Amino acid sequence: MRKSLLALAAGLLLAGSVGAASAADKLKVGFIYLGPVGDLGWTYQHEQGRLALVKELGDKIETTTLENVPEGPDAERSIEQLVRAGNKLIFTTSFGYMDPTLKVAKKYPNVHFEHATGYKRNPNMSTYSSKWYQGRYIQGLIAAKMSKSGVLGYIGSFPIPEVVSGINATMLAAQTINPNIKVKVIWANTWFDPGKEADAAKALIDQGADVIMQHTDSPAPMQIASERGKLAFGQDSEMIKFGPKTQLTSILDTWGPYYIERVKAELAGTWKSEDTWGGLDSHMFAMAPYTNMPDDVKKMAEDAQAAITAGKLHPFKCPIVGQDGKPVECKGGANLDDGQILGMNFYVKGIDDKLPGK
Amino acid sequence: MQLVLEKRAERSNTIALVSPLIAIGLTIVTMVILFAILGKNPLLALHAYFIAPLTDSYSLQEIAVKATPLVMIAIGLSLCYLAKAWNIGAEGQFLVGAVAGSWIAVKTQGTDAGAWVLPAMFVLAAAAGALYALIPAICKVKFGASEILTSLMLVYVADLFLDYLVRGPWRDPHGFNFPTTAEFDPVATVPLLIEGGRLHLGSIIALIVVAAAAILLGRTIKGFEIRVVGAAPRAARFGGFNANQLIILTFAVSGALAGLAGIIEVAGPVGHLQPGISPGYGFTAIIVAFLGRLNPLGILIAGLFLALTFIGGEQAQIAMKIPLDVTKVFQGILLFYVLACDSLILYRFKLVFPNRQVARGAG
Repeated sequence: MRKSLLALAAGLLLAGSVGAASAADKLKVGFIYLGPVGDLGWTYQHEQGRLALVKELGDKIETTTLENVPEGPDAERSIEQLVRAGNKLIFTTSFGYMDPTLKVAKKYPNVHFEHATGYKRNPNMSTYSSKWYQGRYIQGLIAAKMSKSGVLGYIGSFPIPEVVSGINATMLAAQTINPNIKVKVIWANTWFDPGKEADAAKALIDQGADVIMQHTDSPAPMQIASERGKLAFGQDSEMIKFGPKTQLTSILDTWGPYYIERVKAELAGTWKSEDTWGGLDSHMFAMAPYTNMPDDVKKMAEDAQAAITAGKLHPFKCPIVGQDGKPVECKGGANLDDGQILGMNFYVKGIDDKLPGK
Repeated sequence: MQLVLEKRAERSNTIALVSPLIAIGLTIVTMVILFAILGKNPLLALHAYFIAPLTDSYSLQEIAVKATPLVMIAIGLSLCYLAKAWNIGAEGQFLVGAVAGSWIAVKTQGTDAGAWVLPAMFVLAAAAGALYALIPAICKVKFGASEILTSLMLVYVADLFLDYLVRGPWRDPHGFNFPTTAEFDPVATVPLLIEGGRLHLGSIIALIVVAAAAILLGRTIKGFEIRVVGAAPRAARFGGFNANQLIILTFAVSGALAGLAGIIEVAGPVGHLQPGISPGYGFTAIIVAFLGRLNPLGILIAGLFLALTFIGGEQAQIAMKIPLDVTKVFQGILLFYVLACDSLILYRFKLVFPNRQVARGAG
């Protein structure tokens, strides 16, 4: 008894002096979510990643989540609240948290931050993202094969490079199958708004699109496509239950392995500020099973996936022609370089839309 | 035996004072039951909601930051509501003020402009908010259009206008197409009051606004006019007060305050103009105004209390893993009880016994 009391006292002293170890000596890991964990898309997948993390390292860590945090002035407070609650590693899981995360990171140099999909870093702030354009390329191939009308409908969220590069990758892939393919884009200007997303899907189908793709997070477009007897791709998560006869495949965000790796580094004291941009080869995302398509299309998709994973096929292989008809400068030798893709601010030739603000 | 509501001969002033307290008491009882059902320790949960945020300077600052726009807007709205002019569009006036003030910030970006920038932003924001509020007021006075509808609809116009600006002409050229302006220059930013915190000058301005409203309503003829026009329109007409003029005036003042709150929020905690700068402050302020009994001091307390539930709700999420939805349920229950208790000011419960003998026996 006395021994354990002494140990406790020593522990408290230690905790007081370094201010790091919690009473239970578990590493506290915080997560900031944009949507509700039940959005079935973006936030849901991050939550799945966190659950995988807890399953793997649950005895060494304690996780805390804040959901539905708007990308505005409230985000900074929410992040700081997590810091003040003793979290030592904090994942902020949406682009719009970039500036708030950086502000809090500069204020607390001893806490480590991980910001998803951004481009601003600090010695204690990493960024992580996925090369989703690889998955979009595979979807573009499938869409061009499956479309009878030759018109693809694309629901955009915000015209940031990640979304623009997805549209371009889709188009470049589709053009290899059908040079006259059309991609129609509607900007929903939201990440998650089932009503708006459904309206956008309806409008695209009314304009002749028979394959719907989305960069927004709810299953609403899948449901509309299903009602109208069209085809669609899921987003972020497995959405086949919303369109058993509709979903062709879906890009699945698989954050679990990354979260586990980073938390292990934090536990081992080897955490460093890094810029992780992983693709199919590093399992940052996966493709849902290829469904509702003939075997030859399925085979083509699987071959493309294997080629991209092996590094033999690059979606942004030069030459690439811009929407204005002029060739795009090729900074990466045979392909566009990462900087060009990460900052993509132009459409490739053939896209039936004007990039907002251009 | 039957329980009926009976109208009181005159309004009960005692109940008017204690009804918010009864409401808070009932809310706490309900929440204790709810926490118990959720399997959380009710005492710890209540501590996380109400006590923990009050125990350190950081949370106190955050409460003040959150309450600042609510209180400023609610004070303006209370003037309207006292005069029975129903301005529902404070959210739009807030956004227009934010846009107008940001215009100066965006245009002077990187030009080494002097210290005049921030005051100019405040003045322009207040003027724009007032002008925007005058649209429904004039429509009401000249054409008899319902100010409730027109002011509400103008919210969406303002929202889309802001959206257009940050996606188009004012977009940060280095912002990777994200809909936001560049960060404002330091001269266009509301100064912080405490190093390392987020408490800013806006909170002081809100306190000044509260004091000014208290003086206006309690000590001036104009304030008397506002209250008479609302409470006894016929008497006001006999007294020679012009109700239409008051509608114009109260709308303009509340629009100006909402506009000022808008630019303070943008140039303060946010630091740049973007969509979603307001999580519905203009609408929440309506609740704050009524929760505070349309009284300046009451509004200050109500604004701080509502801010406390926001911050406390977040701490409960962190400390107790209580989902955000519970905070929303909690706020909803609170308003429900406030409205329910308010009916006791004008009504009272009475037991009615159909059986006369029992009634006699009891009486």
